[in-house]
This record gives sequence, structure tokens and C-alpha cells, in this order.
Amino acid sequence: MGLVLNIIISGLISGSVYALLAIGFSLVFGVARIVNIAHTAFYMVAAYCIYFVSQKMGFDPMGGVAAAVVLVTLLGMISYKIFINPIREHEGAVLIATIALAIALQEIMLLKFTGTYLSVPSLVKGYFLILGVKVFYQQLLTFCVALGIMAGLWVLLMRTKLGLAIRSTAQDKEVANLMGINEARIALITMGISVGLAALSGAVVVPLAILEPHMWLHPLIMMMAVVVLGGLGSLKGSFIGAFILGFAEALVVFLAPMGAFLKGSVALSIMILVLLIRPEGLFGVSFEEER
Amino acid sequence: MSLIFYYLRKLFTVLKNEVIVLPSRVVVVLFFLFLLLLPVFTEDPYLLRIFTLTSIFAILAASWDLLSGFTGQMNFGHALFFGVGAYGAALLNRHANIPPWGTIPIGALGSVLAGLIIGIPCLRLRGTYLALTTLAFPIILMGIVFALPNLTGGELGISGIARLAGSRVANYYIAAVTMLGLCTVMWKVTDSNTGIIFHAIREDELAVRAAGINTTRYKLLAFCLSGFFAGISGGLYAHFMRIAGPSTLEVSMSFQVVIWAIFGGIVTIYGPVGAVFVLFPLLELLRFWQEYRTLVFAGVVLLILLYMPDGLFPWLRDKIETECPRCKIRNVAIRDTCRVCTAPLD
Repeated sequence: MGLVLNIIISGLISGSVYALLAIGFSLVFGVARIVNIAHTAFYMVAAYCIYFVSQKMGFDPMGGVAAAVVLVTLLGMISYKIFINPIREHEGAVLIATIALAIALQEIMLLKFTGTYLSVPSLVKGYFLILGVKVFYQQLLTFCVALGIMAGLWVLLMRTKLGLAIRSTAQDKEVANLMGINEARIALITMGISVGLAALSGAVVVPLAILEPHMWLHPLIMMMAVVVLGGLGSLKGSFIGAFILGFAEALVVFLAPMGAFLKGSVALSIMILVLLIRPEGLFGVSFEEER
Repeated sequence: MSLIFYYLRKLFTVLKNEVIVLPSRVVVVLFFLFLLLLPVFTEDPYLLRIFTLTSIFAILAASWDLLSGFTGQMNFGHALFFGVGAYGAALLNRHANIPPWGTIPIGALGSVLAGLIIGIPCLRLRGTYLALTTLAFPIILMGIVFALPNLTGGELGISGIARLAGSRVANYYIAAVTMLGLCTVMWKVTDSNTGIIFHAIREDELAVRAAGINTTRYKLLAFCLSGFFAGISGGLYAHFMRIAGPSTLEVSMSFQVVIWAIFGGIVTIYGPVGAVFVLFPLLELLRFWQEYRTLVFAGVVLLILLYMPDGLFPWLRDKIETECPRCKIRNVAIRDTCRVCTAPLD
């Protein structure tokens, strides 16, 4: 019974983090058609930012979270303006620009904080027991905050004018432009929201994770798998896909021998199996004109 | 005797009429000569080692271009082919004691098989879906490698593989000549009928299918061809480094290939090769700056892309050559009239 509960907790936590990352990634892909490889690199930068503000400068951890989200969002928008916006027509160039950006961020963090493993203490201490399994308050907090952010994002996208503009740009850029929506500005704002989401997921996950400059690679792969599994551009798909892969990972880690090595492989194999049956992902909108 | 003179005269005429007239062709000839004559001038082991590795990676970058540049099937998991080639060659060498000239082609056939296996599910996907899905395959294989440490050596990899050849110079020549040969073959393939169909698939797959061409078969062919060349480079790498480790399957390896190819300019073959010969020695040149070198590398890539989004080599080529508006033949930029049809160039 304890094992089942462990699997559920671990699956819910990694699922909600993947969902946050995947929704941001999928949002900017939908609106600006940018495959942002640097997405999880921003998540890594946010985690380091919290570490720096709360551990090195001695501020309150909550202050660290706020500073991280604001700074990383600004960083994302600036790098979008400088490096990605001028070459947006060239799909391949954007791709390696984001890869190079991710590598550059990783190297800067490596220079600043070296490659040693760091950690940040939990925002809230303590745990409670369910059926003899320790559930840390931090885990509960991470899960709740992730759900809260997703609910907030849903309200933003579905209930506000900005959300309407974002959704219509994602649907048809030209027509959105004709309707008086400033497409370039919407792309910039979406990039900001997306990077902000990455920063927030970094913030909620940092007390549970180990900080090192390569920590963006595994989430990157899982995030991409989630996005493909759920269907590109579908937020509902990203949400469900994230929990499917999160639970798959948790199951493999707890049940299979050598599970830690195989967790990525199994999750990715599930993605490929789903794609064999439904090439556009679970909830994918097939962009007919792009085929 | 007269036959030799005939061929010499022919060579001379070709040189005079076809090579000297275009700076890009002169550069290619000089590049061939440079690679073939390098050990005559220096036998510095460090330099030879760098150029051997550069040649090996040039094959890899060109094979990515053959698949992703020409057919437009964005492959983010090119490390899979490289890794399968390397592990295949290493396993055959260690367990079956087959010498390198046997293991490398057989390992490459393993990569062709890998190309078929990933090609079949991936052919139903397009664009970004394909790119993100292919990223998964090397990671799946890496998981398997880690889970079977008895066979694959796990994290440490398979070491103690036979040398490529006895001496450094021989190693160098094997890598360089294979690279020049294979890249010429790839360039020829892309220039042939098949290559034109590949290119057409990239531009408009529906139109190609409407023309009665089985695009699925051609895309699968592209996966296999690219896998074969990448597998050869993987095998060469394993025998040169004498180790086949999980680093050959890493995500950064796949990204590296994409960076090289797009930096040099896709749909050219010569672009990725040139890019490896610029970027790989550059990274080595920065070695005295150990901590900063990857950062500088990323910075160079970002800056060059801002000014040349189509890649470095097509940009350079457009600067020194112009296309005749009438007969579409390329000319040196300084000419006023076309060298073939004498139409004025603007």
C-alpha cells in the first residue's frame, strides 16, 4: 500500500511539473511557431536565481521566487527580442538559436556556480503521514501551486481579452493581424508568459530537486514527449499527457529493476506507441494547411 | 603513353575551363589538396588528431544534411545512428574479433536497420512532431545500454577496441580519405534523380505524390542512406577513440550535429562539412580558455545566425558568385558578362 501511495505522490508531482513546462512550451509554439529548446534552460536559471537570492543574499525564499520569476521573464523577453525575433522566418535558424541560447545559459551558470550539486531548503518544513508514507508539506505545496497556476492560466486564456488575442493568433496569424491584433506584440507577450511559466515551475520544483547546470536536459526531453503525446498546441493534451508520463516514470522507478536508468526510455516508448496509433497526438489539432 | 597525355590534357582543360573560373570550386580543390597533403608538412600528433576527428564528424554532419536538409525530415536524434554504428563496431570487434575494415561497414548496416526501425513510425509524422519524436530514440537506446551493463559496459562503455590503423598518419588518412569519398558520394546522390526527388519532398510533398512518386519509399531511403553514412562515422569514431561509450548517444551529440549543419547551411552537403571544419578546430583553439570555450562557441553561433540565417557557406558563396539571369550558370561576382552566354550580369 505504501508503495502505491509513493507512486501516486511521485507521479502527481512530476506530472504537474511537466504539465507546467509543457503548457508554456506549447503556448509559444502555438502562437509564434517557435520550438523553444531553451524553455527548460530558463527553468534552470530560475532555480539558480532562487538559490542565489535566498541562500547567498539571505532574503526570504518567497522573495527569491518573486525575483526569479520577474528576472527570468525579462531575460526570456530580451533574448527573444535580440536573438529570435530577427530570424523568425528561418525555422532552422530559430531552432539552433534556441539550442545555442540554452547552451550559453548553461555555461554561464556553470561559470557562476560551478558544477557542484546545490540544494535549496523547503519553503515549508515538516510532513504528515498517510498510511505510513511520509508526505512532505513541500510536495503538497508544489502540487497545489502547480494546479493553481494552471487554473490561473486557464482564466487568462479563456476569460480575458489578451487570452482571446493569444488564441486567435495561434489559430490564424494573418486573420488575427487583419482584426487589428498586433501579432508581433502578442508573440512577445506569449514568450514572456511562457518563460514566466518555466520560471514558476523552476520555483516550485527547486526545493525537491538538485541544482546543477545540466538539470535542464531531462525535463526538456520529458516536456517534448508530453507535448507530442498530448498533441502540439493543445493545452488539455499537454495536461493529460504530462500526468500519463509522470505516472509512467514513477511506476518504472518504483517497480522495475534498474528503473532509474529506464524511466526515460519507458516514458518515451509510451509516447511512440501512442503516436503509432494517433500520429497527431491524443488531443492534437491537425494543422491541415501545414501538411 | 599517348593515353596518359590525353588524360593529362583533359585534366588540364577541365581545370582551366571548369575549376579556375569559379572561386568556390577552387576552394574545394584546395581543400582536397590541403587534407591530402597535410601529413607531408606536419606530423604533429595533436594536429593530426584534431583533423581526424573533424573528418569523422564532417561525415556525420553531412549525413544529417542528406536526411534533414534535403528531405526536410527534421531529425533531432541523429546521435542514434552514430551510437548504433559505434556500439555495433565495438561489439563486433570485442566479441567476434573482426578487424576494423569489417566492423565499420557491418556497424553501419546496423545503423541502416535503426534507420528503418525509426523511419517506419516516423514517416507518419511531419515537421515539429517528427523532430520532437526522433529526439526520443537515442535516449531510449541509452536507457537500454545502461540497463544491460554486462553487454554494453554501462556507463563506462566498451573499451579496448582495436586501433583503426597502426600509425597516426595512417589513421588520419583513413578518416580523411573516407570523409572526402563519402561526402563526394553524398553530394553525387543529392545531385542525382533521387536527390532531386528528396529535394522536391522537402518543398512540397503533396505535389511529389501527385506526380506519381511513392514518397514514403523515398523518405525511408533517405533515412537508410543517412543512417549508413552516420553509422560509418560512428564506427570510425569508436575505432579511433578505441572506446564506444554512452556519450555517443547523448542529446548534446544530436544537438551538436544540428548546430553544425544549420550553421554551415543546409541543403548543400558542403555547408555542414565546412562548418565542422570551422567550428570543431575553433573549439579546440579555445582550449586555453577552458571555462569559456563552450560559451564562446554558443555566442559565435548566435551572432553568425543573426546576420546569416541561411548559414555561413551559402552566404559566403553568394558574396563571391552571382547567377546569370539568363542561363542560370554561376559566375565570379567581379565579371560583367556571363562566361557562357555573355548576358550582362547585374
